[in-house]
Amino acid sequence: MNQHEAMLIVGAGHAGGRAALTLRESGFTGPVVLIGDESHLPYERPPLSKALLKGESSLQDCSLFSEASFMASGIEHRSGVRVTGIDAERHQVTLDSGVTLGYRQLLLAMGGTSRSLDFSGRQFSNVHYLRTFDEAIGLQQRLKPGTRLLVVGGGFIGLEVASTARDRGCEVTVLEAGPRLAARALPERLSDALLTLHRRKGVMIHLGAQIEGIQGEGRVDSVHLVSGERVMCDELLVGIGMQPNLELARAAGLATGSGIRVDRFLQTSAPDIYAAGDVCEFQRSDGEFHRQETWRNAEAQGRLAALNMLGQRQVFSTVPGFWSDHYEFGLQTVGTLAPNACVIERELADAGFLLLYLDSTARLQGASGWGIGNSIAKDIKLCERLIESQVVLPLDSLAHVSVSLKGLLRGAHA
Amino acid sequence: MSNQWVEVCHVDEIDEEDVIRFDHQQKTYAVYRSHNSEYFATDGLCTHEKIHLADGLVMDFIIECPKHNGRFDYRNGKALNAPACINLKTYPVKVEGGMVLLDTQGSGV
Repeated sequence: MNQHEAMLIVGAGHAGGRAALTLRESGFTGPVVLIGDESHLPYERPPLSKALLKGESSLQDCSLFSEASFMASGIEHRSGVRVTGIDAERHQVTLDSGVTLGYRQLLLAMGGTSRSLDFSGRQFSNVHYLRTFDEAIGLQQRLKPGTRLLVVGGGFIGLEVASTARDRGCEVTVLEAGPRLAARALPERLSDALLTLHRRKGVMIHLGAQIEGIQGEGRVDSVHLVSGERVMCDELLVGIGMQPNLELARAAGLATGSGIRVDRFLQTSAPDIYAAGDVCEFQRSDGEFHRQETWRNAEAQGRLAALNMLGQRQVFSTVPGFWSDHYEFGLQTVGTLAPNACVIERELADAGFLLLYLDSTARLQGASGWGIGNSIAKDIKLCERLIESQVVLPLDSLAHVSVSLKGLLRGAHA
Repeated sequence: MSNQWVEVCHVDEIDEEDVIRFDHQQKTYAVYRSHNSEYFATDGLCTHEKIHLADGLVMDFIIECPKHNGRFDYRNGKALNAPACINLKTYPVKVEGGMVLLDTQGSGV
């Protein structure tokens, strides 16, 4: 029997913070406790590699709450605290201080930890990771004009930092182990666009790069590649992905795969325990389990988990999507980019383009595009609606931009 | 405060059901033309994270922020869904001699 009152949220990042806010906005007046190991109020992470790293925005700008709105919310924030155990049976969690807290409903939104590069136990003071505000500030202070920055990992974090560092006048080298950039998330066409742009901006990019050895005492001075090349550096950023924080869920006996497994309502295998955000692995309508590390996912799952913790039974069905910014260009993706899809390309102004991913019945499943600033956003938003409406599209004319996506969508509603 | 009408553009420079960015004296505005060719104006930056709304999608009377999907009714600036929670400021707009004019001093809804 569960006699506890509190809504407990483990992880005070974007998903956890959005859930806490949603509980209050939905009229829940009981105790809401938000537990996080960072000292800050919940914030959105995309600016960490962009505006915040450039010094153009502050923690307050990316915060989900202002100090005043947080005080007014009556949410209890336990910062700098770690949860060490979950007792699903008794409906309680244990904190690193030894204190136990009971819950009525529990949300697991503890995100992930940067995957670390193997330095064989050696410590280097100029090695950076980027997942938290404090790490972003630490890196920002080192990115001065002329600084030689070595980025290990040609994914979004590494490339967005490369872009910011070039804008700040640094000399940047990127090492990517794979044959192309951001291969896990992007089609080849987008990887090529990123490669061309970054090289044009003066970034030295090594594809298929394998590290042979690391030289330096206390600081990394240079990195040797298997190819024989040697890259000198003042600072080194490791951006080789993250690992979801699954230990607590596993120890508590919850079902896990590459994340904490949830059903359509974002409920885990245990009653009254939900999961949301980077740590959550949900089942898509095609039966595949998926975990997403995106702003949009944290936002949507944090909100939906909170509603379901309050007794609603809403199915998670948000179309996935993300964006990434590089210099004056931006890319956006929505839906699913299946390898066996029929892909149609629309050429846009200023070297921009939009790739449409259709299934065998000519219905849109996903789209990915590239353009100056946020210019691709309008098309991507229309694609999201076309994915939702599942209207049959004209394959033979879709490549022509004179065929308006809005018109096709409106035709579907007519 | 007295009105301060400034010329934005010719009426045809904004497509139907679309939006353009208009910068004037260190301020940026979003100027809209609805599907029935009424004109409206709001502050140019989303109240959530200061993204230019002119890159967003206009459907009916709703503008959607290009990054975070916050939506506003551009007729009255009302924030319709999170993460947008603060309303947009709106400005009076009129059409004269084929030109769209915006009152930078006007307090909208």
